Amino acid sequence: MTEVRARSLTVALDGREVLSGVDLDAPAGGWLAVIGPNGAGKSTLLRALAGLLPVEGRVLIDGEDAGALPPRRRARLVAYAPQTPALPPDMSVFDYALLGRTPYISYFGRESRHDREVTAGVLDRLDLTPLAARPLARLSGGERQRVVLARALAQQAPVLLLDEPTTALDLGHQQQVLELVDRLRRADGLTVIATLHDLNLAAQYADAMMLLSGGRAAASGAPAEVLTEHLISGHFGAEVKVEPGPDGSPQVHLVRGAR
Amino acid sequence: MTTGTLAPPAGGLRTRALWISAAAALLAAALLAGLLVGAAGIGPGEVLLQAADWLPLVSADSGLTPVERNLLWELRLPRVLLAAVVGGLLAVAGAGYQGVFRNPLADPYLLGAAAGAGLTVTVVIVLVGGDAGSAAVPVAAFAGAVGGVLMAYALGATASRTGGGTATLVLAGVAVTSFLTAIQTFVQQLGVEELQRIYAWILGDVGGGWGELRLAAPYAALAAVVMLLHGRMLDVLSVGDDEAVSLGVRAARVRLAVLLAASLATAAAVAVSGLIAFVGIVVPHVVRRLAGGSYRIVLPLSLIGGGAFLVLADAVARTVLAPAELPIGVVTAFVGAPFFVFVLRVTRGTAT
Repeated sequence: MTEVRARSLTVALDGREVLSGVDLDAPAGGWLAVIGPNGAGKSTLLRALAGLLPVEGRVLIDGEDAGALPPRRRARLVAYAPQTPALPPDMSVFDYALLGRTPYISYFGRESRHDREVTAGVLDRLDLTPLAARPLARLSGGERQRVVLARALAQQAPVLLLDEPTTALDLGHQQQVLELVDRLRRADGLTVIATLHDLNLAAQYADAMMLLSGGRAAASGAPAEVLTEHLISGHFGAEVKVEPGPDGSPQVHLVRGAR
Repeated sequence: MTTGTLAPPAGGLRTRALWISAAAALLAAALLAGLLVGAAGIGPGEVLLQAADWLPLVSADSGLTPVERNLLWELRLPRVLLAAVVGGLLAVAGAGYQGVFRNPLADPYLLGAAAGAGLTVTVVIVLVGGDAGSAAVPVAAFAGAVGGVLMAYALGATASRTGGGTATLVLAGVAVTSFLTAIQTFVQQLGVEELQRIYAWILGDVGGGWGELRLAAPYAALAAVVMLLHGRMLDVLSVGDDEAVSLGVRAARVRLAVLLAASLATAAAVAVSGLIAFVGIVVPHVVRRLAGGSYRIVLPLSLIGGGAFLVLADAVARTVLAPAELPIGVVTAFVGAPFFVFVLRVTRGTAT
C-alpha cells in the first residue's frame, strides 16, 4: 500500500496562483475525498498530484519525490481519470482499457500477452467482458465511467486519482461506481484520492476529507471534522444543517429561509 | 488472471495482417495497371513479360524493341513508382497530422508546407527561370515546404505561452499560409508569362524520372519508418494529452516527432510532384472507415493505399485525354471526391 503526501504545493496557471501552499496527506489504502466550492482548485490539485502540471513544493509517493521520477515509473504508481475523459468514438472498449498498460511498454514496443491478460482480467472484474469489442461511442454514461475505471485499473498503480467520477451519472449509477471503487480499494489495497462535489456521497465513502477553498486547504480530517455547519456555510456560502445519516456519516442538508 | 475471458488478442493482429496484405495486393495491381496504360500502344502481354524480366532472378523475353523497352524503363516505370511513393507519403503524412491535431480535417499542407513550397518554386521559376530554374525546382520546393512548417511551428510556440497548444499551432499554420500565399501571388504577378509553368507545378505532376525518385527516396524512407513506429503512441495521444502524460508518455515529444516526420514526408512529396490535393485527407479517412481508427492500422494502410490511389489516378490522368494529359491534382479530386462520398455512405454506421 502506498501513501501520498504533498507539502506546500503551489501551482500557478497563466501567472495566476490556483493552489497556494497546500499540504495533503492520503494514508496508504485509504480514501481521501477532496471537496470544495467551484473554482477552489480541486481538479488542479488532482492534476498536480498526477504530474500533469509544473508545481512548486513536493509530491511524495511513499516518501519518494514524485517530481524526480521518470514519467513511466510515476505512471506505474499513480493512475488518473479526468473528469471528462476523451473517448475516441470508434476505439473498442478492450483497446481503450489496454492503453492503461502503456507505462509497461517501451516507446516503440507493443503489448505483450501479459498486458492483454491483465486487461482482460480487469474487464472481467468490472463486468465489461461482454462489451469488450464495442466501440466507445456506443456506451451509456455508467458503462463509460466503468470503462475509464478499467483503463486506470489496467495501469495496476497503487494510487488512484479520480476527478469527479460521478458527474453526469444518475443516482443508482453514482452509487454503483463508488461502491465499485471502494470494493477495488479494499481488495487491492489501493489509495484513492477523489474529488467529489456531492458532500453526502463523499462523507459516505471517504475515510478522510480535505476542504479546498480559494486554492488553500481550509480543513482536513475525518468527514465529521470537515463537514461542519460552520465550515460549509463559510466556504460554500450555503445555509445547511449537518446531521448523522443512517450509517453514521455526517449528512448535509440545505436549509431554506434561515436568513 | 481469469483465463477463458474474451480477449480479442490475436484477432486484432490477424485482421491487421489481412488488411495490409489486401492493400499490398491492391498496390501491386495498381502498379501493373499503371505500367500497362500509356500512349505508346505497347501490348499488355509484352509489358507483363518485360516487368517479369526486371524482377531479380527472372528472365523473360518480351520481344520489345530497345526503344519500347527504354520507354518502359525510363518513363513508365519511374512514373508509376514515383506516383506510389508520393501518394503513400501524402496519405501517411495526412494521417499523422490528423493524429497529432486530433482533427479529422487536418491535411499534409495544414502547417504551411504547400504555401512555402509554392512561394519558393514561384520565385525560382520567375526570377531564375529557364533550365537552371527547372533544375532548382525540387530543391526549392523541399526547402520551402520545410521552411513553411518551421515558420508555423516557431510562430505557434511563441504565441502559446503554455506551449504545445495544438489549436494555436493550427492557427499559426493558417497565418503562415496566407502570408506566404500573398507573397507568392505578388511574385507571380511579376512574371505573368511564367504563369502556365507555375500552375502546372501547383496542380501536381508525377512525370519525373529516376532522378526524382532518388531525390525523394531517403527522406521518404526515413519519414515513413518514423511514422509507422509511432502508431501506438498516436493511439495513446488520441485519449488526450492529460491522460497520455498520466500514462507516462511525453506527449509533446511524441507530437513533435510525428509532426517532423509528417512534414518531412510532405516536403519530399512536394519536391518531386508539386501540390497534389486530396490524397492526404481522403485516403486516411477511407482507411479509417474500412479498417478502424487505430493508428497502428491507419498509418500502414494509408501509406500503401495512398500509393495505390495515386498510381491509379495518374493512370486515369494519362488516358482520358490521351495523348494529352490531365493534371493529376484534377483527377485526384475528380475521382476521389465521389469515391469518398461513396465510402461515407456505405460505412454510415461507423462514427468518425
